[in-house]
Amino acid sequence: MIQVLTNNWPTLLTGFGNTLLCSVIALFFSLIIGSGFAIMETLPNKLCRIIANTYIEIFRNIPLLVITMFFYVVVPQYVLKMSGFTAGTIGLTLYTSSFIAETVRAGIQAVDTGQMEGARSTGLTYWQSMRYIILPQAFRLVIPPLGNQFINLIKNSSVLAFVAGFDLMYQGDALASATFDTFNTYLVVGVFYLILTLPLSYYMRHLEKKLA
Amino acid sequence: MAKWFKRMLYLLVPVFLLTLLTGCGASKKQADVYQSTKDAKKIVWGVKADTRLFGLMNVKTGEIDGFDVDLAKALTKQMYGKDAQAEFVQTTAKTKVPLLKNGNIDAVAAAMTITDDRKKIVDFTQPYFGAGQSLLVKKGSPIKSIKDLNKNGVKVMAVKGTTAVDNVHKYAPKARVLELDDYAQAFTALKSGQGVAMTTDNGILYGIAKENPDYAVVGGAFTNEPYGLAVNKGQGKMRDELNKALNELQADGTYSRLVKKWFGGIPGFDIKEVEEP
Amino acid sequence: MSILSQAYSWINLKFLLAGLGVTIEVSLISIALSFAIGLILGIIRYVGFKYVSAAVGFVIDIVRNLPLLLIIFFTYFALPQTGLRMSAMSAAITALVVFESAMLAEIVRSGIIAVDPGQMEGARSTGMSYWQAMQHIILPQALLKMIPPLVSQFISLIKDTSLATIIVLPELLYRAQIIYGQDTRYMLPMYLMIAVMYFIVCYALSLVARRLEKRFG
Repeated sequence: MIQVLTNNWPTLLTGFGNTLLCSVIALFFSLIIGSGFAIMETLPNKLCRIIANTYIEIFRNIPLLVITMFFYVVVPQYVLKMSGFTAGTIGLTLYTSSFIAETVRAGIQAVDTGQMEGARSTGLTYWQSMRYIILPQAFRLVIPPLGNQFINLIKNSSVLAFVAGFDLMYQGDALASATFDTFNTYLVVGVFYLILTLPLSYYMRHLEKKLA
Repeated sequence: MAKWFKRMLYLLVPVFLLTLLTGCGASKKQADVYQSTKDAKKIVWGVKADTRLFGLMNVKTGEIDGFDVDLAKALTKQMYGKDAQAEFVQTTAKTKVPLLKNGNIDAVAAAMTITDDRKKIVDFTQPYFGAGQSLLVKKGSPIKSIKDLNKNGVKVMAVKGTTAVDNVHKYAPKARVLELDDYAQAFTALKSGQGVAMTTDNGILYGIAKENPDYAVVGGAFTNEPYGLAVNKGQGKMRDELNKALNELQADGTYSRLVKKWFGGIPGFDIKEVEEP
Repeated sequence: MSILSQAYSWINLKFLLAGLGVTIEVSLISIALSFAIGLILGIIRYVGFKYVSAAVGFVIDIVRNLPLLLIIFFTYFALPQTGLRMSAMSAAITALVVFESAMLAEIVRSGIIAVDPGQMEGARSTGMSYWQAMQHIILPQALLKMIPPLVSQFISLIKDTSLATIIVLPELLYRAQIIYGQDTRYMLPMYLMIAVMYFIVCYALSLVARRLEKRFG
């Protein structure tokens, strides 16, 4: 195991970096997109709700791998060329944003409905109340589930291995295919993932307890 | 509710334990593949399902067709008689060695190049097909040979776990190799413009070019890739018998007939080279 | 238009539907097994037999925090090195069961925690033993509470079977790739078709979940 590590340190580290990079990028965009659709879902306008709902249901119910492959092999033929890393990150963003939308919506709806009325009665507009009163509370409520979404996102980023995205899984798998030492290589790759996910997971559990 | 739950537990736990146990018990010591296949009059072959001319799944019938498949059938019959059966398991470049190692398949006939590294983990027969690595590009591409790939920023598609990956590192060290999981995906990636060329053995590339007239094989073969049939390490008897059967098929003309059947009509493909690996 | 009708020929569709069958078969077996195991592990975690629970918890945390794809690779490519031999089908099922059991164990544990602790005391005071109370009072309520997260986990599982395409499990995605491998013009139609197929199965399941939730919730 140590040998796998010392012999392939740069390769594994590059993979680790790419995994982290695509996870952070995908998290950033899926938070924005997800919150956007979450707010749309709570709007009084029916069309908005339908659009948001359709988006969420579509991306929640199709495998991430299918979405990613679609961006890697189909989209470049008709629309726009993109690398495996880009295709993977887009796939991850769309997929994760639908889950984040559901989480944030639940958070918004968990904030007492009286708060909106209260805020409006002080003269704030709908958007102002959303921005300053409802959303901050909602986000505090949903930090633990969002953290879990981020953990899922990191794990799911391994889908980049399918599209030559040079992430940790791809590098590890290429090493394993080349050396045939699958056992130790996959163990090392597993440890690298755990370095990212395990502390996050314990921290979220701690937060959950504290908030409960 | 509780009763239902209890009943389900009673049902499922033993089932799972049993699966685990049979899973563990089934392996252990390696049996003599020659003896067991001879007794069963059946050889389980690992073949490609995504590679035109060598092994490609026919969607209509669910069967796999190709040169490797035909050769495997002929070898099986040559070794164990007319009523012997060849069974086919789909493999990819990535899965064929593990499958052979775990004994899910008895032998591999999957466009597999004989290399020193691979010899350490499997046993090869004598070469049965002389391929060479080449390039597939879109027609009209400025890429004419492997030399044109040796530039920074150039991306080439290859299949993970194949010799093609190492050869690009060797002959065009500046190019970046994108490793995909099978030929269909690698070609798809080429078609989607993920890179400028796809590289692997010429036989496989000609198979793709034949169905996709916008693409052409260029630059000729820049390596020698003799294909061998593979068996697990320690199955020397099986390897020897396969060699014997291979020689017999070459002597009686079956082998040439199969080569002609699959590679005869392909422009630019030298049958002589193939038959004398 | 002719490309579409060629791509969606009855032969191709039949080929895909057989793949959908494999997807559903693998999913159902994995769901049944991982539900049973997850339930047992979750209860062990909740009850808290000193070292056992801690050890189980540790293993669960490790498995939960690894990518499923890595577990699939490990099961199919690494375990055979230790002498454990498996077909693509059993490797896929084993990997899914290991991963999902760990996910479900956490759901079960938090489901039991969410049942009012007073209930246990109440049941015990009527003369029930701990296990009787667990079986007749706590678990049934906990299971009802768990329905939504359980179902969304099952939906994840169905989607996750697509990862097994890498070990040549002839499921939906693998078969789509075989079809467009023969004619790359079928790529777009194939991805659209399998997306629709996955969607129908998963969405139907989520509708059932919603109905269950309304009924019992």
